[in-house]
Amino acid sequence: MPGKDYASTRFSALNQITPANIGKLGLVFTFSTATTHGYEAPPLVVNGTMYLITPFPNVLYALDLTKPGAPAKWAFKPEPAAASQGVACCGTVNRGAVYSNGKIIFNTLDGQTIAVDANSGQQVWRTQLGNIQKGETITMAPLVADGKVLVGNSGGEMGVRGWLAALDEGSGKLVWKAYHTGPDKDVLIGPRFKPFYAMDQGKDLGVKTWPPEIWKLGGGPTWGWISYDPATRAIYYGTGNPGPWNADQRPGDNKWTTGVFARDVGTGEALWFYQTTPHDVYDHDDINESILADIPWGNGRRPVLLRPARDGFFYVIDRRNGQVLSATPYGYMNGYRGVDLKTGRIIVNPEKVPKQGRVTRDICPAAPGQKDWNPSAFSPVTGLVYIPHINLCMDMSVSQANYISGTPFVGADVKMYGGPGGYRGVVTAWDPIARKAVWEAKETLPLWSPALATGGGLVFYGTLDGWFKALDARTGKLVWQFKAGSGIIGQPISYRGPDERQYIAVVAGVGGWAGGIVDGELDPRDPTAALGFANAVKDLPGKTTPGGMLYVFALPKS
Amino acid sequence: MSLRSRKAEILLIATAIFTLAACDREERHSRSKPLGETVPSGESPDTIIPGGGPSNPLDPRAAEYDNNSPALAEGQFLYTKMNCVGCHAHGGGGMGPALMDDKWRYGGRIDQIAATIAEGRPNGMPSWRGKLTDDQIWKLAAYVRSLSGQPSKDVVSSRADAMSTGSPQTLTPHQAAKSADTAQQ
Repeated sequence: MPGKDYASTRFSALNQITPANIGKLGLVFTFSTATTHGYEAPPLVVNGTMYLITPFPNVLYALDLTKPGAPAKWAFKPEPAAASQGVACCGTVNRGAVYSNGKIIFNTLDGQTIAVDANSGQQVWRTQLGNIQKGETITMAPLVADGKVLVGNSGGEMGVRGWLAALDEGSGKLVWKAYHTGPDKDVLIGPRFKPFYAMDQGKDLGVKTWPPEIWKLGGGPTWGWISYDPATRAIYYGTGNPGPWNADQRPGDNKWTTGVFARDVGTGEALWFYQTTPHDVYDHDDINESILADIPWGNGRRPVLLRPARDGFFYVIDRRNGQVLSATPYGYMNGYRGVDLKTGRIIVNPEKVPKQGRVTRDICPAAPGQKDWNPSAFSPVTGLVYIPHINLCMDMSVSQANYISGTPFVGADVKMYGGPGGYRGVVTAWDPIARKAVWEAKETLPLWSPALATGGGLVFYGTLDGWFKALDARTGKLVWQFKAGSGIIGQPISYRGPDERQYIAVVAGVGGWAGGIVDGELDPRDPTAALGFANAVKDLPGKTTPGGMLYVFALPKS
Repeated sequence: MSLRSRKAEILLIATAIFTLAACDREERHSRSKPLGETVPSGESPDTIIPGGGPSNPLDPRAAEYDNNSPALAEGQFLYTKMNCVGCHAHGGGGMGPALMDDKWRYGGRIDQIAATIAEGRPNGMPSWRGKLTDDQIWKLAAYVRSLSGQPSKDVVSSRADAMSTGSPQTLTPHQAAKSADTAQQ
């Protein structure tokens, strides 16, 4: 599965490759994905076969790892609608496929979920969930839990109404669908819903915390990561930003956007919710990964969620009830002053709240937050969370946005630039219990690739200009690097090959929101290009070119 | 006639010429003569014409909108209000391609841009036919064309309609346009 396990650790216990021998790590084989857009998905390895799911047109490749050079067994081409490319806010990306019971299941940009037989490459079922005429796309990786395929929509910049759906794994038929705005019955809020904080309690808050009818266009999509606790049969995931970005148009807390839901996987019923940033004004989606861990806390142990959030706080949340145990900044911020642990409410710096009729300058972190979609890795060996993230600030001006279905619903001009310190990306090794960074590895360019941690004591990640790097997990020291043909925003993985050796794999291919300036040929003379991101990566087109390519590495055969 | 009065006469003529030259810029068509009700289907300037022959001549309405300041100002207003800005930003692009560079996938002549807005394009450009009037589509096309710096700087607006983090169009550095994309071909 895309997060390696239900706890979303992105930790591989394989330990043949270590800081001591990684100097000998070499390239074994490559494979061209025949795409030139941002490649965010991890390769998936099951039973001697590697599966790759490309960005639009979402081709699924199966490579035979038992043969030299890993030749392709088959390719499945779902042929999604070309027009879907025009309603994908931040690149035509796909964040991964999932394997379950002999099937590979993935989503297409034009809003379909498809199950393919893992051996034959033949379609088992396909279900249309999103409607591109309303601006709905699907970019997330599905998760299969309890016989259900969990899928949510993208389109927080298009005035969609966010939802999470569960499909029956065998048939693809809809089992339940929970919206993230609107009346309680649509949100699947019932008697079992027990949010910890008073601010999240009350009837039909998904209607009452919005101006009349605006919740219907309110956003709160699900395009990130879902975790699952089989012991309690609960899923945990975050909701995206409210729309439009111009927050003057939607006074109120805008439930249930930019927060974390716990739901019963069987029925979809909400168990609790915590709104990280009520009335979000910066596009601080809360869709980032929720890492499940049981950590010592006080005198005992607590089952928690570890959440390096977009708003810049590292949240430790009791996953039984949604109580925030700690919320600590893991990078520079001036838009927020802290989190009140009594009320659960974030403390906003009023000077940095964008208002119509002015340009609000030097807001940190910027719209993509302290960290965007690219997930961290958690090593139970070191107890550290390895957070690949960014250090960007922004100027923002807001103006009245008009809703026209199928077009953007934003109402903001943004201009981003590097934050204080002279670096735009950083890997932070975070101790969630001591609530501090153990080490930081700084990068010139913003970091848009996920991290991988291994039992051999290594952390892997890639840079926007194509360096694939390995750090010593304890010290952060760079121990190995390889220059790929394009910028890396893909999830690295480690797997045991049919020959029992440990392999490291990653797909390069610049793009996404951060790399759009390259694969979309954007023009940085306009600082608001790519919703303001282009201005922060003006130098990138001179440093890399587009192109999807898989790279697989191993130690030499002994 | 004294030298002084001759000088004044020259000045007067010069002023008149200058004023006349600027007429296009300020001309408002409050009662424009009835032209065809359709937006033309401008062909690509790079296309091959089977059997040879000239490409389509520039639509006569182009002159009404190109290099016309009120048309550009109204186009700029529509560009924001119709959410073009959400995809193409202020010319730099995002979800949609950049408009301020010198690359035009479907032609950079004003009638070709108008056709693209009206018909939509297969990789995600919506079709605005029936949603905007032809007059609005022409004005939008004139503004979109101005993003690439083709009209002279005295025609484009020196400020945005709302406070913006970007710089005004008059201050944006521009590349020279390709001749195929200009109205003068």
